[in-house]
Amino acid sequence: MKRLHLSIALACSVTWIMPLSLYAQDNDAQNISHAITTLAASCAACHGPQGNSLGGTPTLAALNKDYFIQRMQGFKNGSISSTVMHHHAKGLKDEEITALANYFALQQRHTPTVAPHQSFQGAQ
Amino acid sequence: MRMNKHLPSALETSSRRQFVRSVIYGGLAFYGMPAFARASKPPLGHVVIVGAGFAGLTAAKYLREWSLGNIKVTIVEPNPQFISCPQSNLVLGGSRTLDDLSFSYALARKQHNLQWIKDAVTAVDIANKQVTLSRGSLRYDRLVLAPGVDFDYSRIPGMPAPIADIPHAWKAGKQTLQLRQQLESMPDGGVFVMTIPAGPYRCPPGPYERACQVAHYFKQYKPGSKVIILDANADITSKKGLFLQSFQGAYQGIIEYHNNSGILQLDTASKTIKTDFETVKADVLNVIPPQLAGKVAQTAGLANVDQRWCEVDFTTYASNVNSDVHIIGDSISAGLPKSAHMATSQAKICAAAIVDIQSGIPPNPLPVFANTCYSFVDDKQAMHVANVYRYDPAKKSMVSAEGGGVSTKATDQEGDYAQAWVQNIWADTLT
Ligand SMILES: Cc1cc2nc3c(=O)[nH]c(=O)nc-3n(C[C@H](O)[C@H](O)[C@H](O)COP(=O)(O)OP(=O)(O)OC[C@H]3O[C@@H](n4cnc5c(N)ncnc54)[C@H](O)[C@@H]3O)c2cc1C
Repeated sequence: MKRLHLSIALACSVTWIMPLSLYAQDNDAQNISHAITTLAASCAACHGPQGNSLGGTPTLAALNKDYFIQRMQGFKNGSISSTVMHHHAKGLKDEEITALANYFALQQRHTPTVAPHQSFQGAQ
Repeated sequence: MRMNKHLPSALETSSRRQFVRSVIYGGLAFYGMPAFARASKPPLGHVVIVGAGFAGLTAAKYLREWSLGNIKVTIVEPNPQFISCPQSNLVLGGSRTLDDLSFSYALARKQHNLQWIKDAVTAVDIANKQVTLSRGSLRYDRLVLAPGVDFDYSRIPGMPAPIADIPHAWKAGKQTLQLRQQLESMPDGGVFVMTIPAGPYRCPPGPYERACQVAHYFKQYKPGSKVIILDANADITSKKGLFLQSFQGAYQGIIEYHNNSGILQLDTASKTIKTDFETVKADVLNVIPPQLAGKVAQTAGLANVDQRWCEVDFTTYASNVNSDVHIIGDSISAGLPKSAHMATSQAKICAAAIVDIQSGIPPNPLPVFANTCYSFVDDKQAMHVANVYRYDPAKKSMVSAEGGGVSTKATDQEGDYAQAWVQNIWADTLT
């Protein structure tokens, strides 16, 4: 994070060019990054925001890259049995599994915020 | 690949946003500035989102995160709080309360610095990029419509408009409680009839899950009662083998499933339904009405598929009628199950595409996402259907990848996973 701040500061002071989006910072292999960011985001329904699970499913944030690949490839080729994950792993390409491993390994692990419950107000 | 290192946490986002803004606005602090200064043009434009359900709220969050705060997002939503349809069938079964499923919008609003207008959009002026609210109007650079489904009573013979004591309970809220209360008041030996409309409708396995939940309640408290499912479809539309295990197993003698049983005539006073095959009288009647895109999408002329659903480009979710308007969630015609998980995945693809378009970058031409949908057959056991979907440019649609599938049977373990799913999707959407 610090480094990112620094590079933004540097870019600004030297060239006065601001990255206006997360994507714009990233000129190399752009489509892969896009694709993996949105694909990884679809894992959040079960594994929590940016891979930080509220419990009951594994936390993927900051997970060891090789371990992620080993598990997913195991689900994919059937050598590791699973209840649900084989139905996802078999649908993913090897390079997607590797890119997801990279993506999640780079996410910061933290305790996720629980959605704010509120008693039913009677409308709708 | 710098961007993949780390999507910033909320705190870091806001401090960075502050930093970004202070540079953009020439060193002036952005927060706490007078309105005239705040009104200066957001660097990547203004997106108005109609509806803060699973789709709209998720789009708002990720538009803010992925644009590093450089897109201004205004949400228009009439409801005071978020009520989750997922798990609302469990309220009927008795293992959840509506309070469990009710949430405040406040945290998401604050965390992502969303402009919030508690109102409904009544019209869209596409030519002038403007929406009309019941109070005033709003201009947009891009519009995201996420209004969920509307109900089409004109297609129910004998029930051309909603009837107070025949709830649909297909939008979680008051009607969910009403239906539960009707079941509680019904004497043992009574008949609960649920009608399922012809697809597409919101949550394909939802009605069968509901039948199981009501049967679960009957089995414990009213063992002489019956559940009759009148399905307008030719067969069980989702997780068929799994639901049949329950209908013919745990709920044998309680649940009766009748296919090809669309409503020919409904007498609302006596709660009697005539189908091609029989006449059925209900003690408690639950009519799930035929569905179509949210009203605002219809009146804007964007429901161009059978005049019911909205056709979109699956790389951006831009409407095929007008590309400044994006449509996500249950309102679109996708040939995919209308689920909360789908709605959030579509919202994320759409948010990423809008950030790109507004930045002058081509959007990802080949989006891929995953979908998992759980159904509960009682208070503990659940089963899943899970698939990866990828965009097929030749077919111009999201196609399920090989290897997806369903559980072999409902289990306690999958019940735990289903609880984890709902906690995580709530957190992803509402924080
Ligand atoms: C009983 C039941 C069980 C379900 N179970 C599951 C499940 O287990 N898993 C799953 O994935 N999915 C489930 N679903 C499906 C899921 O609820 C929907 O697919 C999901 O809510 C769709 O999200 P959406 O944002 O498109 O619509 P919604 O969540 O309905 O949100 C639409 C929002 O738009 C607002 N709105 C509408 N019109 C306007 C307007 N003109 N101006 C401003 N705001 C407007 C509405 O007030 C609403 O808040 C279930 C559905 C039901 C009914």
